[in-house]
Amino acid sequence: MLHTFVIYVEDRPGVLTRVASLFRRLNINIESVTVGHSERKDLSRITVVCESTSEAGNRIRASLYKLENVVEVDDIAKAPAVTRELALIKVRVTPESRSRVFELAEVFRARIVDLAPESLMIEITGVESKIEGLIEVLNEVENCVLEICRSGKMTMRRGQHTSSVEHAMNVGLANQPHAN
Amino acid sequence: MKTIDDSQQHAHLTTPTRLTGAEILWATLVGEGVTDVFGYPGGAILPVYDALRKFPIHHVLVRHEQGAAHMADGYARASGKVGVAIATSGPGATNLVTGIATAMLDSIPIVCITGQVSSKVLGTDAFQEVDITGVTLPVTKHNFLVTRAEDIAPAVRKAFQIAASGRPGPVLVDITKDAQQATALFDFEAAKPAAYKPHPMLHVADKALDEAAALILNAKRPVILAGHGVMQSGAMEQLRTLAERTETPVAVTLLGIGGFPASHPLNVGMMGMHGEAWVNHAIQEADLLIACGMRFDDRVIGTPSTYAVNAKKIHIEVDPSEINKNIKADVALIGDLKEVLDQLLPRIPKRDGAAWLKTVEASKGAIAVRDIKNLPDSGHLYAAHVMHDLWRITGGNAIVATDVGQHQMWEAQYFHHEHPCTLITSGGLGTMGFALPAAIGAKVACPDKEVWVVAGDGGFQMTAAELATIVQEKLKINIAIINNGYLGMVRQWQEFFYEKNYEATPLVSPDFVKLADAHGIRGLAVHTRADLATAVDEARNHKGAFLLNFMVEQEDSVYPMIPAGSALHEMIRRPGQNPLIESAED
Repeated sequence: MLHTFVIYVEDRPGVLTRVASLFRRLNINIESVTVGHSERKDLSRITVVCESTSEAGNRIRASLYKLENVVEVDDIAKAPAVTRELALIKVRVTPESRSRVFELAEVFRARIVDLAPESLMIEITGVESKIEGLIEVLNEVENCVLEICRSGKMTMRRGQHTSSVEHAMNVGLANQPHAN
Repeated sequence: MKTIDDSQQHAHLTTPTRLTGAEILWATLVGEGVTDVFGYPGGAILPVYDALRKFPIHHVLVRHEQGAAHMADGYARASGKVGVAIATSGPGATNLVTGIATAMLDSIPIVCITGQVSSKVLGTDAFQEVDITGVTLPVTKHNFLVTRAEDIAPAVRKAFQIAASGRPGPVLVDITKDAQQATALFDFEAAKPAAYKPHPMLHVADKALDEAAALILNAKRPVILAGHGVMQSGAMEQLRTLAERTETPVAVTLLGIGGFPASHPLNVGMMGMHGEAWVNHAIQEADLLIACGMRFDDRVIGTPSTYAVNAKKIHIEVDPSEINKNIKADVALIGDLKEVLDQLLPRIPKRDGAAWLKTVEASKGAIAVRDIKNLPDSGHLYAAHVMHDLWRITGGNAIVATDVGQHQMWEAQYFHHEHPCTLITSGGLGTMGFALPAAIGAKVACPDKEVWVVAGDGGFQMTAAELATIVQEKLKINIAIINNGYLGMVRQWQEFFYEKNYEATPLVSPDFVKLADAHGIRGLAVHTRADLATAVDEARNHKGAFLLNFMVEQEDSVYPMIPAGSALHEMIRRPGQNPLIESAED
C-alpha cells in the first residue's frame, strides 16, 4: 500500500540524508519527498510517499523515531487528508497554438506565469491525477511540453486536531484518536 | 603515574574556564567519568593527544584502530560503562568501522572520537580526509561532525547520553583539527544535554499487562526466552522471580548467557541454531513464549513461518521497531524490561509448572548428547574438552571473550556462565578477530577479574597484533587458541551443505607459541586431553599473560545444528550409535 509519512525534523545539515538513508536501507523506493519549513521554528517538515506493505508502516515509523534528529512522525496512510502537488510546465508555443494552450490551462484552472515569444510557463496545483491530466493533453493536443518541474506530494490531515503538530507541541493528545 | 591534586583536576568542571578544543574534549570525558580510552594517534587528532598529559585518563595504545573499537566494546560489556575509542581521520577512522558495526548489532554503548581535517578544507579530498560521519551513518545510533571548539562539550555529552540510553549503541563524534586547536569557554554544566526523551512509541498498557498475566497463568507449556536485554536493563532479579514463581523453564540467547545462572534448575540452556535439542524442542512445543529483551534473530528462530506455531508470544522489548519484525507478538509490552517486569510481577500469582518441567526434563534425558567426561579418549583433543575443563577449573567465574565460529558455539555450550557480563562475544555481526581486543578492554575495565580469550586459529590472526598491546599494558590475560587447522565453522558448512568441498578453509598458521614468545608472552602447545588441566593451571598461575595453543580434532563439528532456513525441530544431530547421556554431577 501507499504510505505517506509526515516527519518533523531538526533543521540542520545531514538530516535529510539520515531520513532518506533509512528508506534506502529497507530497500524502499521513495516515490516523492518534499521538504520545507514548518510552523515551528527550527523544525522542517518532510513528506515522504512510498510503497510498502501495510505492516511495514509501524516499523518504519518506529525506526524513524530512533533517528536522533526526528521529532515527530505521522503515518497518514488512509486517514482523511488533503494532498496537493505543484507543477511548473514549460510549453513551446507558436502564435497560432498559444490561445489553444491558454484554453487548456483555463480548463485545468492553471495559471500562466511566464510568457515568452516562443514559450510559456504554466503553474498548476492539485492532486497528482489533475497534473498528469494536463500534461497528457498538452502532449496529445500540442506535443509541446519542453520541461516539467513537480514538487512532489504535500499532505496534511483534515480537521483541526488530527495533525501531528499538536503532539509535537505537547498539547494533550488524550481525547483524540490517532488514526491507524 | 600522574599525580594531579584532586581538587585541581576537577576544577574546570565547576568553574567555566577558557580551554582549547582538545582540552575541552578531555575535560568533558573526565566529567563523564571516563578513566580509560583506547586509541591510536595521527595527524588530525594530534592536538587532542598533545593535551592528554594534563588529564587523569589512561590511554591504551592499540595496534590497529579496529582493536580500539573492540576494546571500548569489551570494556563496555564487562563494566556496563560507556567505552571510548579514539582514532585519527581517514584510515584511522575507517579502521574503526567494523568495531562500530559490531557494537551496533549487539547494542553496546561506545563513543568513538575521530580527528578530522580542518573545517576550511572539508570536502576537498584533503590528505587523510574521509567522510566518516557519512560512512558510519548506518552503523551508529547517531554521529556528529563538530567544527567549532564551543560545540565539542555539548556534542560529547550528548553522545554519552545517546550511547547509554534506551537501546544502547555506538556514537561517533568527528572533530575537525581547527576545532581542537581553537579555544572556547568550557562550561561542563551548561553543556549538559536536554533530559533524555524515551522513544515515543514505548507502550505498556494496563490492558496488555493483564493480558500477559492471563496468558502466563493459563499456559500449560510456557518458555521464557531471555536475551541480552536482561543484563542491559539489569532485570536479573525480576527474571528470576518470574521464572521461579511461575515454574517456567528459561532458554537463553547467545548474548543472554549469564543473565540467568547456568546452574539454576530452571535454566534449560541456549536456544537457536546451535542450541540444545531439548531447548529447541521445548520452544517448538510451547503454547506460550515470554520473550524478555530479545529480538527473535534469524539464528534463533530458523524459518519464521515454522517457529513455535502453537505458541502465543508475549514480547517485552525496549525498541519498538523490533515488535512484529520477525515474529508477530500477541501481546507487546514495549518498554525497559526491568520496569515492565516490575509492573507485571504483582499481577502474577504462584503457578504450578511441574508437569511441563518434567516433560522438558524427560526430553533432555532422552536426547542429550554430551557428556564430556565420557567422550572416549581417542588420544585426540576435542574443543569441547577444552571448554569443559576451562569451565571446571575457573569455576565458571572467569570473563571469557570469544571470537566467532565453532569455538564460540562450543564455549556457549560447555562453559556454564553463572554471572552476568562474563561472556563477551560478537553475536549479531559475528566479527572474527573480536576476542583478543575485547578481552583487553574487559581486563582494563575489570583488572581484578580472571580474563580468558577463546579464539580459533583463523580469527586470532585477524587481530593478533594486539598481543603487543597486552605486553605494553602489562595485562594478565590468558589466551586459549582452539587450533584445528581450518576455518572451522565454514568448513562445517562445506561438509554439510557443499559436499565437503573444502575450498579456502584449510589454514596454515604460524607457531602461536613462538609468536607469543616473540612478544615476550609465555606459551604452551597442548595436544592431548591428559595435558589439558595442568596446562590451564600453569597459565592461570603464571604472573603475566599466557597463551595456550590447543591442537584439537581437525574435522569436528558443532552439534546440534539447525541448517539456515530450516525449522527449529529439523536439526542435524551428532552422528553415531552411542548418544552419551549428560551425567548428573556436571
